[in-house]
Amino acid sequence: MIDTVAVNWTAVEPILPELLLISIGVLLIGCDLFLPRQRHLLPWLTVVGCLTALAMVLGTQFTTAFGGMFLADGYAMVFKAICLGAVILTTLMSEQFCRVIGLRQGEYYSLLLFSLVGMLLMASAGDLMVLYLGLELMALPIYALVGLHKREQRTSEAAIKYFLMGGFASALLLFGMSLLYGLTGTTEIARIAELIASRQLSANPALLAALGLLLAGCCFKIAAAPFHFWTPDVYEGAPTIVTAFMSVGPKAAGFALFGRVLFLGLPQLHDHWGPILAVLALLTMAVGNITALCQQSLKRMLAYSSIAHAGYALLGLLAGTAEGLAATMTYLVIYLFMNLGAFAILMLLAAPGEPRESLEDCKGLATRHPVAAALMLVFLFSLTGIPPTGGFIGKFYLLKAAFAAGYTLTVVGAVLFSAISAYFYLRVVRYMYMNEPKETAALVVTPGMATGLGLCVLAVIGLGISPSFLLDWMITAFPGGLY
Amino acid sequence: MSIPLLSTLIFFPILGGLSLLCVPRQQTATIRTMALLVSLVELLLTLPLVLLFDKSTHVMQFVEHHPWISALHINYSLGIDGISILFLLLTALIIVLSVLVSWEAISSKVPEFFIVLLLLEGAMMGVFCATDFFLFYIFWEAMLIPMFLIIGIWGGPNRIYATIKFFLYTLVGSLLMLVGIILLYQHGGHTFDILKLAGQPYSLKLQLILFWAFFAAFAVKVPMWPVHTWLPDAHTEAPAAGSVVLAGVLIKMGAYGFLRFSLPILPDATQQMLLPMLVLSVIAIVYGAIICLAQSDLKRLIAYSSVSHMGFVTLGMFALNQRGLEGAILQMINHGVVTGALFLAVGMIYERTHTREIAAYGGLASTMPVFAGFFLLFTLAAVGLPGTNGFVGEFLILLGGFERQPWTAVVAASGLILGAWYMLWLYQRIFFNEVKEGMRGLTQLNLREILTLAPMVVLIFWIGLYPNALLGFLHVSVGHLLDQVHGVGLAGVALLPGTMLHP
Repeated sequence: MIDTVAVNWTAVEPILPELLLISIGVLLIGCDLFLPRQRHLLPWLTVVGCLTALAMVLGTQFTTAFGGMFLADGYAMVFKAICLGAVILTTLMSEQFCRVIGLRQGEYYSLLLFSLVGMLLMASAGDLMVLYLGLELMALPIYALVGLHKREQRTSEAAIKYFLMGGFASALLLFGMSLLYGLTGTTEIARIAELIASRQLSANPALLAALGLLLAGCCFKIAAAPFHFWTPDVYEGAPTIVTAFMSVGPKAAGFALFGRVLFLGLPQLHDHWGPILAVLALLTMAVGNITALCQQSLKRMLAYSSIAHAGYALLGLLAGTAEGLAATMTYLVIYLFMNLGAFAILMLLAAPGEPRESLEDCKGLATRHPVAAALMLVFLFSLTGIPPTGGFIGKFYLLKAAFAAGYTLTVVGAVLFSAISAYFYLRVVRYMYMNEPKETAALVVTPGMATGLGLCVLAVIGLGISPSFLLDWMITAFPGGLY
Repeated sequence: MSIPLLSTLIFFPILGGLSLLCVPRQQTATIRTMALLVSLVELLLTLPLVLLFDKSTHVMQFVEHHPWISALHINYSLGIDGISILFLLLTALIIVLSVLVSWEAISSKVPEFFIVLLLLEGAMMGVFCATDFFLFYIFWEAMLIPMFLIIGIWGGPNRIYATIKFFLYTLVGSLLMLVGIILLYQHGGHTFDILKLAGQPYSLKLQLILFWAFFAAFAVKVPMWPVHTWLPDAHTEAPAAGSVVLAGVLIKMGAYGFLRFSLPILPDATQQMLLPMLVLSVIAIVYGAIICLAQSDLKRLIAYSSVSHMGFVTLGMFALNQRGLEGAILQMINHGVVTGALFLAVGMIYERTHTREIAAYGGLASTMPVFAGFFLLFTLAAVGLPGTNGFVGEFLILLGGFERQPWTAVVAASGLILGAWYMLWLYQRIFFNEVKEGMRGLTQLNLREILTLAPMVVLIFWIGLYPNALLGFLHVSVGHLLDQVHGVGLAGVALLPGTMLHP
């Protein structure tokens, strides 16, 4: 007997945003090839496509599609919104910077979009296979993006390094996943948790090995210490716009993967991964903040700062509670705006032929361009976590969640490291406001860049003053939590 | 009450400051005038508070309460009692004077300076009005940013070192307090409302942990010995207005924090830690005074005298009796007025001579007689001459200290003698002796400068001769605070509503 099954088109509905983005990515390549005169429209096409996808994601019905492989739930929605936001802001800021450094813009936007699709898949993955698929789909275009600026030497080094390290991390993850599959006979994440509970596998050494491998792989992806060594070089070598994007988008997607595996797949092992993550988080903050203290390059400093912020964001995950996860997601949203904002100011400084990435280059920015300096001030204070900026609310929420889960010493450590971080963020403020300018050339700000910066600063201050709706959204993303 | 007076007080200067952005940068005169107007209107806005304030109750007045971040049980709640109202007045006055003293002293980045100063005023008002611990923390930390910029951008040659030291010291303290706040939230029934947090039966161990967490923030701000080392640097390098705000309001916030949070919320720990606190206070008094004798820098000397004077404040506070506490609060106002006035005066003379070295001065009494007269008054008030406000506060504190631990008053009194020594010696070195070379031909005080100093003179004599004008605000609130600390708080008030247990 052969059953003929009609194609059920409604089943495709949950992945419509991804499909839309893929078609826009292809369209972008086509436009680049056949309409070379209209290249200036590419970023706007990207932005419009992403905005449409964002609207579709926000309006989506919560369902489970493709037999549990694809989850369209609140968790996925939040992370998708973060990733889409990252791409939108990056695209807005791209045109000016790419023109200044002479980066080819054609394939740049389509690579961004393909990477974005990977991130969206990671956020929605309900199955280890989809998770891995999304991860690779995200990573491959980024390897290319890092190496896109062929005339710069550091870029190739960064791309190769990122490619090798990324491949290594993926292998670790895959090994961990295969162990999980071997133990439980399924790749469906929710089912794994059930089987671990029903077969009482939680003390099984192979499971612990799987956990270790998964943790290592995830920590590579979010650049948590001691798996962070690739980060500073790659972040410094990549074109600043790609660095900015990598420090928010893929990092958020990495957290999505991390949270999904730990909270949905291995909640019974919280006694194991909670303390391990606590140590890793402290280590990450220590490495990020202390190494950032002695950087002379602003870009490298921001790279270390983004390592440190991964450490803060881990505080919510390690708590293992719904509140903790909400805190991590809140922080990632706020981090998106403040970090992209800070990188955008760095991009403004660049001039054709001169990267201008050192601290010295911010000297006297307050005199050269008071508005840019004031914006940078807001972003830096937000990164430090000083109210009334969003960074403070995010950090407070994380601390509170970790504290409620009983990680008192970790919280005290986090607090002390964020006091240390004040020093290097303030150093930038000092150079901007308290030194005389070396350059006198006026800064150019294109409309796209201005829009991006405006959105960032509005979000950072707005979320600092009235974070209520964001917190409510994050909490309802998980009705009842995962336990 | 339909007009949210306290919110107006907080947001008027903030909006006023931001409105300066609309003025073109070159029109500095307009910007200065607008800043002055905003600060004057702010001062006027405190008047209705004074007139409508009910001195016969300890409950919070002019209360505003709105849910803010409901997910975390954080409310936007404001209110003032007899303790905080005086600081609102002081803040408003000090800012007006700071604007006046910066009139010509600030010549670069003028709009930024006044914007930052007014933002600072809004945040300071918020600190004194907040009755939600989280909201308090927001204002407390937000205050750091403008102060950091004021010292760092418009300060003296060593300003960057000073401002970063100031920022890091206070930030570490505040962050430890933040952990304390979260701890308190977990154990105090998931609320940040300080009225609800007070009077709950916390275990002694928890209270002690919290006490030290709060101590980290408040003691740095006061500053108590041995965490005072940021103050001399910050004071010395800050522009005149920065020093005035720092001495006048900012360092009072540490003591205010003790009064508002440590004492009522953690009564057992306070009792337990009484002795260490008294010892630290006495050390600060004597140590600060002795260091003053060795200073060669004018502003640094006054900064160390602040350490000594704030030692008196904490001494009176931890004497934990009506006289000591009232003396401490009065002394905070006095110190704000007197040290604020001294920094104003130093700022004026610095504009003329561009040196802070005491050795470079001499004979000013004959070249700038009016200035010498003002400075003499401030010196005498700082020394605590009867008839000036300094006397009343210090006397009450010594009385309170004597009642608690007689030896504290004995040692602290030596601080008074040392105080007279270093202040009068300073006066002698600057204003008497033969006229030094660079001191000839200095311009006399102009009308703006005299108008800046005059309110301080009035206040010095007014509080000195009629302290009840201020003490009247305090009696009931301080009595209630003592009830809370001595453990009769809630039960006692419930039994005998409206009566004072400690006459």
